[in-house]
Amino acid sequence: MIGLPHFLVLAGVLFSIAVAGIFLNRKNLIVLLMCIELMLLAVNFNFVAFSRFFGDLDGQIFVFFILTVAAAESAIGLAILVVLFRERRGIDVESLNRLRG
Amino acid sequence: MYIAVVLAPLIASILAGLLGRVIGRVGAHSVTILGVAVSFVLSALIFKGQAFDGQPPFNGAVYTWLVSDGITMQIGFLIDHLTTLMMVVVTFVSLMVHIYTIGYMHDDPGYQRFFAYISLFTFAMLMLVMSNNFLQLFFGWEAVGLVSYLLIGFWYTRPTAIFANMKAFLVNRVGDFGFVLGIAGIVYLTGSLDYQTVFGMKQAMAQHSFALFEGQPFNAMTVICICLFIGAMGKSAQVPLHVWLPDSMEGPTPISALIHAATMVTAGIFMVARMSPLFELSDTARSFVLIIGATTALFMGFLGIVNNDIKRVVAYSTLSQLGYMTVALGVSAYGAGIFHLMTHAFFKALLFLAAGSVIMAMHHEQDMRQMGGLRKYLPITYATSLIGSLALIGFPGFSGFFSKDALIEAVGESHLNGAGYAYFCVLAGVFVTALYSFRMIFMTFHGPERMDQHTREHLHESPWVVTVPLILLAIPSVLIGWVTVGPLLFGGYFDGAIVVAPEHDVLKEMGANFEGPVQFILEAFRAPALYLAAAGVLSAYVLYLVKPEMPAKIRARVEPLYRVLDNKYGFDWFNEHVIAAGSRSLGKLFWTIGDETLIDGALVNGSARAVEWTSALVRHVQSGYLYHYAFAMIMGLAALLAYLLFHT
Amino acid sequence: MLTTILFYVFSAVLVGAALGVVLSRNPVHAALCLVLAFFNSAALWLLLEAEFLGIVLVLVYVGAVMVLFLFVVMMLDINVAQLREGFTRYAPLGAMVALLMIGEIVYAVWFRQLGVNLAGSAPALAPGSNTAALGELLYSKYMLPSELASVVLLVAIVAAIVLTLRRRPNLKQQDINAQVAVRSIDRVRIMKVDSVTRS
Repeated sequence: MIGLPHFLVLAGVLFSIAVAGIFLNRKNLIVLLMCIELMLLAVNFNFVAFSRFFGDLDGQIFVFFILTVAAAESAIGLAILVVLFRERRGIDVESLNRLRG
Repeated sequence: MYIAVVLAPLIASILAGLLGRVIGRVGAHSVTILGVAVSFVLSALIFKGQAFDGQPPFNGAVYTWLVSDGITMQIGFLIDHLTTLMMVVVTFVSLMVHIYTIGYMHDDPGYQRFFAYISLFTFAMLMLVMSNNFLQLFFGWEAVGLVSYLLIGFWYTRPTAIFANMKAFLVNRVGDFGFVLGIAGIVYLTGSLDYQTVFGMKQAMAQHSFALFEGQPFNAMTVICICLFIGAMGKSAQVPLHVWLPDSMEGPTPISALIHAATMVTAGIFMVARMSPLFELSDTARSFVLIIGATTALFMGFLGIVNNDIKRVVAYSTLSQLGYMTVALGVSAYGAGIFHLMTHAFFKALLFLAAGSVIMAMHHEQDMRQMGGLRKYLPITYATSLIGSLALIGFPGFSGFFSKDALIEAVGESHLNGAGYAYFCVLAGVFVTALYSFRMIFMTFHGPERMDQHTREHLHESPWVVTVPLILLAIPSVLIGWVTVGPLLFGGYFDGAIVVAPEHDVLKEMGANFEGPVQFILEAFRAPALYLAAAGVLSAYVLYLVKPEMPAKIRARVEPLYRVLDNKYGFDWFNEHVIAAGSRSLGKLFWTIGDETLIDGALVNGSARAVEWTSALVRHVQSGYLYHYAFAMIMGLAALLAYLLFHT
Repeated sequence: MLTTILFYVFSAVLVGAALGVVLSRNPVHAALCLVLAFFNSAALWLLLEAEFLGIVLVLVYVGAVMVLFLFVVMMLDINVAQLREGFTRYAPLGAMVALLMIGEIVYAVWFRQLGVNLAGSAPALAPGSNTAALGELLYSKYMLPSELASVVLLVAIVAAIVLTLRRRPNLKQQDINAQVAVRSIDRVRIMKVDSVTRS
């Protein structure tokens, strides 16, 4: 029988993998963005699972909004990426050091 | 009308002070004399109304300054018999001094300034005596102190004058500290500054106690009264806060007469009398008052014997007489204290002004060893200062006799702790007083003429503006005792204004066998005081006229004693080398350790250095690399999660 | 029984796809792995009876966002080798961090049950379409937030266009403003020409 803990653990594993991904792909901006999408997916998993097992649809509404904002976020992120590439001929995070204190 | 009494001198002072150049010398003294005269006339009318026409005392607020946390601060007047008496004395002596100043300060460039100051002083003193609350009392208290400071340093180009006024200022601060603490204690216990309210709660106050030291409670009333009296000690120059008064003689003579003899220094006496309802509840505080007063009365008198400066002799005499008044307060004979205050105001002002007249004639020479035989050159001055001295030593029939004799007798009647010591001191003081007073008279006006040729040729009696005040002051010095001894001491004049607990009302005991001034004089022949005074005069006569070489011999015989007296018991040395040097080194300690090392070094620069140092460290954390931040966030998340899991 | 098997299958594929996103050398592969992960998530959400969101995830994420990702990845000429610099050096640390997190989450959820009892089967759903229920909620209770979300999307569109818009200096285009604002005197010049008489 699949219960709530199964889904929560699955979401936790997904999230941890995404975190490790951010840590490993420290230079590749595009993979970083993908990892962020993965993390949001893990969060959404939690929302959907709780919503289902607590019988409250509000959680799914939240997921809906998160999807909206995440779509907007990735659109803008990719736009920035494109501009950055034009400027620097590369998407290396380490070259994003103009603001370094 | 009450406001006019106070405002007339103030307005005159402002006019003379700020517009001095415009209205000129004549304008300045006219306007200030007018102001004080108005004040005097009004005071006399009020006095008449209260003393003879039976008007009730006035107590009311004039203006509310502010209300803070339930404590009302206002300006108000309490006009009762005690106040009216003080008002008349203050304004009368002030008026005389104003007139006298025209002659004394005739050639001084600071003429207008001087008049502005003494008028301002009159205003402040009136505020002090007419106040109906502690705040205004304190205002007057500080204002007279300020004017006193300004006037001692009136000749501000003289280093000694600056030193003296600084000293007066600092010593008075010590007293004021106690005074403020006393007032604070009263406000703390009663939540009010108003006399009436405070006196109404005196029984409740006496129930409290303060734990000044751990586990050592003191009766609240005793603490408050002693604090207030410390204020009085500063202002009224009681041992050991007396050191400023002799030095204040650096100021011009008129203010020595007005401020440092007749009025300001008696503010402390007045204050204690005003607070009589409080002092009556603490025997300890009154014993303290008594012993301080008795010590001052006798030991300051000794100093008068060895000093050669005519003004300083009078100054030490003032100290001694203030001691007498304080003694009277200590034994609950407030009436006698105030009575002596009044007579003393007249004859001591007279003596000072006479001394000033002598100094003028001698071209500002103050050393009595350079004088002698002035009797025939300055007849009026001689006569008046003789009257003043006789009043001072208590010659029967003169005003000082009544007040002093009553005072001594009151001390004899008292059973308070320390009364025996005080009785001895005041009796011995009578002899000493007579000795130094007549030493001064004889050295100045009798004997060989020791001044130089030039001075002698220019000797002449002072102008009328000087002699008229002398004569006007001489009259009350002789007569005031006759008319006032009955009502002031025994006639219940002060009923309502001064409160004396029946069990130590010594004046009432004495009043039982009082049958008029004449009988009072005759009574005195049975008491030792009169003979002691006579002995003092006689000793002075022998030592300084018949055998002038004897004092030097005696001095050689008791050399160590003389040196102690000459050094004024070492108070100045102590203050200079222990207190002043101690506070200087303490200040230096605080400066180097507290200020430079701790505040500057550790706090001000230290905080800047700490910021610089930590930011140098923290800067490594702010690498600007995304993965560093991500790593920090994740580690933080992991740590937080671990904490929540394993510690809750 | 079937759901349990389906859950484990989809979960395994999901975790594998996620690992592929993180570990793959080529960003195109990573993006494709992410698409796979989204598909599996959608399937799992269907298991949770959140049909609408499952469909939306596929439509929006796979259909739009991931295509966008792929476009960008393919359009940009990326030096992959340079970007993977230091990957092996940090791999142990990354793995450790991930394992630590997984351990903690599993401990919290599985053994501590988050402090409450999570066990128990899901309540029965109300009859009717999940989509209809969500729609009712979205257009009544969450009316204003959904309007706001649309504004956010609009802003994102504008921002993305503005960010990537660029002017090429020697491009020949119409200047419509200038064409509309033109006046006759700018184009037509009326000249006086002297008449010539022929004899």
